[in-house]
Amino acid sequence: MPNLLKAVAFLFRRDLTVALRRSTDILTPLVFFVIVVSLFPLGLGADPAVLRTIAPGVIWVAALLATMLSLNRLFANDHADGTLEQMALAPYPLTLLVFTKVAAHWALTGLPLVLISPLLAVQMNLADSAIGTLVLSLLLGTPVLSLLGAVGAALTLGLRGGGVLVSLLVLPLYTPVLIFGAGAVSGVVTGLDIEAQFSLLGAFLALAVTFAPWAAAAALRVSLD
Amino acid sequence: MHKYASPKFFYSLAGQLTPWLAALTAVLLLAGLYFGLFVAPPDYQQGESYRIMFIHVPAAWMSMFVYVLMAGAGAVALVWNIKLAEMFAACCAPIGASFTFLALVTGSLWGKPMWGAWWAWDARLTSELILFFLYIGYMALQASIDDPRRAARASAILALVGVVNIPVIHFSVNWWNTLHQPASVSRMGAPTIAPIMLVPLLLMALAFTIYFFTVVLMRMRNEILERERHTGWVAEMLNSES
Amino acid sequence: MNWSHFFAMGGYAVYVWSAYGLAALILILNVYLPLAHRKTVRRRLREFLQLKEQIR
Repeated sequence: MPNLLKAVAFLFRRDLTVALRRSTDILTPLVFFVIVVSLFPLGLGADPAVLRTIAPGVIWVAALLATMLSLNRLFANDHADGTLEQMALAPYPLTLLVFTKVAAHWALTGLPLVLISPLLAVQMNLADSAIGTLVLSLLLGTPVLSLLGAVGAALTLGLRGGGVLVSLLVLPLYTPVLIFGAGAVSGVVTGLDIEAQFSLLGAFLALAVTFAPWAAAAALRVSLD
Repeated sequence: MHKYASPKFFYSLAGQLTPWLAALTAVLLLAGLYFGLFVAPPDYQQGESYRIMFIHVPAAWMSMFVYVLMAGAGAVALVWNIKLAEMFAACCAPIGASFTFLALVTGSLWGKPMWGAWWAWDARLTSELILFFLYIGYMALQASIDDPRRAARASAILALVGVVNIPVIHFSVNWWNTLHQPASVSRMGAPTIAPIMLVPLLLMALAFTIYFFTVVLMRMRNEILERERHTGWVAEMLNSES
Repeated sequence: MNWSHFFAMGGYAVYVWSAYGLAALILILNVYLPLAHRKTVRRRLREFLQLKEQIR
């Protein structure tokens, strides 16, 4: 296998470069994230106490939805110009290539969400003490969302109605991450011990990193055949 | 082994089995209904409403059982490329989704007199709801892919990912429920089960299981006809039956 | 056997009978649908085979 490390690094840099050229692809989910969170006060009224209670859930759900929106750019562009097929034929484990792509995707989609979340937390009147927990929970959770989402994106490659279909497939699978992610933040607000939540988020991340790229690679092969 | 994996053989076998399975289903259903509605006494706490349990619990069991079968058949199809396994998995889905739907609605009907609300985000019902979404996603994926082989293999992967996630989802929803559920809403559990109540429960569960196999075989026969339409034996059979 | 007592289901009649009624509906539907579909499949296949014959 020609230098695997070089190939992975190359793919990572390439994906970042290509994505940065299409900056709308990156900014749209981020803006969507901000807009969706802002919709809740508009829909529910701006009572600070209410906002504070719903903040963890709202921010987390918005993060889920923003991730969903961004999933199609993971494989679709490479599929359209034939690069994806080349990757499948390349002498490198497809699992590793998929992992690299997801990592690059998360760096430009998930990570920005994590970084902008404190602003949204303030907007939703979340207690200052909980903001750190929010950021950490999203930091652990958004990679899982990207990894699971990759499986969905791989399964629906090239299908009509792809975007909505991916949501249908993947959102039920997101529920555990949502429960513990938002649960960690609500927990810290009410002063509970949140060790369990974070242990589970960590466990989800470990499991997702181990199995999702493999499942996504298998799904890609099915879709490309 | 090859004979049993042949669609033609399976088609005729399914045709022969179906009437017997249907008869067995009817017997078990009647027995279950008799014991559940006439023999089992009213519950001390829930009165007569607990009898919904004899529909709700077996339906919920079936919804899980069918999903696992569906995932298993998908795995077989992926690994060994057996067409019958692909067809079986596809035929499972609508039946499993029906059972899930039944479990959800009967759960709601059981809960209403108990909690005063049609839906109370009880842990088991919430897990069942997510399972329903998993079924819908599976069927949507199947429907979106024209090539039957890609459809079967993609759904198989989806079902396997789903089946692995189901325990995680159950666990997470349980945890979530203990945190958010007000203490007044008790877990919708079966009443303290008197042995006499177990009889109709198990009879109904068995009835639903045999029913499932009856109906899945019926669906598979249709699936086989469609997928094997290019073969000689299908043509012969249709011509001779004109 | 007190039938009116039986049908009243201790005041829970609506709930219990709706549940059993829905179960019956679903069980019947899942038998009816494949049977109806079978007719359609056979008819379409016959047409398909006829076309195949003509094209030959």
